[in-house]
Amino acid sequence: MLITCPYCGPRDVIEFTYQGDGNRERPDPASQNFEAWNAYVYDRLNPAGDHNEIWQHSGGCRAHLRVVRNTLTHEISSVAFVRGDHASAARRKAEDKA
Amino acid sequence: MAERQSPLEPEFHVGSHGNFEHGVEILLTETRPGSIVQLAAWPGEEKKLIAAIRTVTGLALPDGAGGGSSDGVKSVFGFAPGKFTVADEAEGLAAAFAKAVTPAIGTVTDLSHGRTAIRIAGPKAEWVLAKFFAIDFALPAFPVGAGRSTAHHDVFAQIQRTGADQFDIYVFRSFARSFWKALCHASEEVGYEVQ
Repeated sequence: MLITCPYCGPRDVIEFTYQGDGNRERPDPASQNFEAWNAYVYDRLNPAGDHNEIWQHSGGCRAHLRVVRNTLTHEISSVAFVRGDHASAARRKAEDKA
Repeated sequence: MAERQSPLEPEFHVGSHGNFEHGVEILLTETRPGSIVQLAAWPGEEKKLIAAIRTVTGLALPDGAGGGSSDGVKSVFGFAPGKFTVADEAEGLAAAFAKAVTPAIGTVTDLSHGRTAIRIAGPKAEWVLAKFFAIDFALPAFPVGAGRSTAHHDVFAQIQRTGADQFDIYVFRSFARSFWKALCHASEEVGYEVQ
């Protein structure tokens, strides 16, 4: 499986670390809403198809990425920096992608 | 200043090795830069950091992710969004950057003693490196001056192309000897010379 890092270009999945489900929203740290915390920790969609995920390019530029991966085919349909202000660093053109 | 010792020393054997009867196709050496510095810009301050790099080193960074340049003495390349590695044959680069890169622009980390710079050159340099790293080493994909960050068996490596068939590899000092030995083994079949 190849993930096309917006900074580094196409790289083998071995360079990346999975950082979890990209759909989670962390409750306010001061929140006492146990249902919200339970949902944050345990509830997952587990879809058979496109799935929002967070990956870190730990063996490369170390940026955190939002990846949409198809859980049936491993096809990666989109990769973007988690940090919006990194977008200007993604200067590789779309046609460079593998 | 304390004399710096090379971590490669017990395995650094000057001369020709491996299958060199038909000629030496790889040159391996340690460039031993006096300074290796890592710079990181705070969000939105990247342009000021690039200007500071130009002021201190005289090197202009080309546009593009992983872009870099080298004048043979000083080298600079981007290895992550807003982050750059700078090396200089002379010592004292970190002190110079500490003045130019104010705390409002970003950070300066002196890695002079933390990284080892290994140079691989020769007509088979791309071919040997392709055995180590799953990235495209062809000249159009990896132009002269550009940098790449990648890993070889979890040993993090920053690679800068400093010539059409020459690459400088920055690895952790503590892993450098092991990486060097692997590089020598990989070069054996084409014949290599350590200088």
